[in-house]
Amino acid sequence: MTLTITLEFSGGMELLFNNEKSKQVTLPETFTPGSATLKELLPWVRDNLLTERAELFMQGETVRPGILVLINDADWELEGELEYVIKDRDTIVFISTLHGG
Amino acid sequence: MSGDEMDVAALQAEIEQLRTENAALKASAASGAASLLSIPFTVGRDDSGATTELTNAEIARFSRQLLMPEIGVQGQLKLRNISVLVVGCGGLGAPAIMYLAAAGIGRLGVVDYDVVEASNLQRQIIHDEPKVGMRKSESAKATVNRLSSFCDCTAYDMLLDSSNAMDLIKPWDIVVDATDNVATRYLLNDACVLLNKPLVSGSALRMDGQLTVYNYDGGPCYRCIFPKPPPAETESQYTSITFDFRICSTVPGIIGCLQALEVVKIAADIGAKFSQKLLIFDATFGSFRTIKLRGRSPACAVCGDEPTITELIDYVQFCGSGPSDKTPTQRILEEVDRITVEELGEFRKAAHSHLLLDVREKVQYDICSLPHSLNIPLAELEGRLPDVRAAARHGPNTSGTLPIYVICRRGNDSQLAVQMLQKTGFGQAKDVIGGLETWARDMDSSFPTY
Repeated sequence: MTLTITLEFSGGMELLFNNEKSKQVTLPETFTPGSATLKELLPWVRDNLLTERAELFMQGETVRPGILVLINDADWELEGELEYVIKDRDTIVFISTLHGG
Repeated sequence: MSGDEMDVAALQAEIEQLRTENAALKASAASGAASLLSIPFTVGRDDSGATTELTNAEIARFSRQLLMPEIGVQGQLKLRNISVLVVGCGGLGAPAIMYLAAAGIGRLGVVDYDVVEASNLQRQIIHDEPKVGMRKSESAKATVNRLSSFCDCTAYDMLLDSSNAMDLIKPWDIVVDATDNVATRYLLNDACVLLNKPLVSGSALRMDGQLTVYNYDGGPCYRCIFPKPPPAETESQYTSITFDFRICSTVPGIIGCLQALEVVKIAADIGAKFSQKLLIFDATFGSFRTIKLRGRSPACAVCGDEPTITELIDYVQFCGSGPSDKTPTQRILEEVDRITVEELGEFRKAAHSHLLLDVREKVQYDICSLPHSLNIPLAELEGRLPDVRAAARHGPNTSGTLPIYVICRRGNDSQLAVQMLQKTGFGQAKDVIGGLETWARDMDSSFPTY
């Protein structure tokens, strides 16, 4: 069994991901359903989907400050952040906070 | 005069009096919903000096929202008696200020340190062409004064920083963050937490907009969500990839309107629904999505249970960047690897053979370019080095290679391009200091700037 999730990039994040705003991905089998977490997902996204420099997306094992992660339309802080266990059909959004006006 | 004649005269006098009364009643009825709503016509004030009754003129002016049960007379009085400080008279502030003034907010403060430029007018609709060159805060105030005689507007021509923010913000009831940079956003957040003011925050860029209300109704502040600013060392590169100077005109307009709406809701006690919620507007998709944010963090440095920030700090240092929205001039290359626009002008005049490489994005190159330049955007340069090699061999001096001068808009990307070229066998590449903006300023005033 594999996990299929939707990744979305918004607020300018898409420009780091080949200008794709939404992408459905089936995670490789190293992601065990029921135990694979966002801690594993972030480096996978960085290594497989990111088209710009890694430090624009990640800092240490988490996302770069200024990037908000949403899990099914809720702030990931409400869902355990890096410890969140990925479920099949989850939608995970990476959104850059905007400063312009 | 006979008795009959006297009766006729008395009757005529009575008819005249009745006519006068009738006319007065008609005029009163025509003055609007006033008489129907049985609202007193005199202006009263409570102990605090706040207006407790609406004038006839106010009733006529705001009748369309007075008739809304959500606002009504009590709501309108609250708008009349509240004070709102809008920080930033740009793309967000423009519609926010205009709608707040039009809706009957009694006192408005408008803050900006900048002057109106032609490139602002595409989205900052509070300013117009005769106001180019005027202080933005004064221009905004002039528009408010034309729009409504019911709004007492004060202009603050100043750059907000830690030394003046507390004194400025203290007297106001609600603060609107319509700024354009991360340092001022942290500054406003901290000041609003320390002074206990709701902060209605909007932001917009390209085709994206965001809206939330901080420090209101027990919800989080900006620092609860973003405890750390984006790292300064990657920010300039991120900015150049994400084109932070691009903005679609109506996107900040839409967010600014929503900010005005949330202020009205807070002021009239309808309640803002964006505490602990973030609205994300994607103009490309045409979607509005509202997501749930984390609550107030007990560990927050400013609004937490044991705050470490109890007075304003140095926000430029904290963020590693200042409030100026102008692209800072970077210095990456040594003097020997750079030429001035004057030198470039001499080379061009003398038909001195060289390759002029323009590394701006195609959309920028399409706006304006120097004749006989080759456009390879910085992002594509690495993959198109063979094109550079071919172009540098071209021309009369086929045995060797031509000098390569690299130009961009302001002279930052061109330095990065020269760095890359020098590492990949183009030791002769040099950068044109200050780019096309400097060219336009010093060499050719007919060359457009954008």
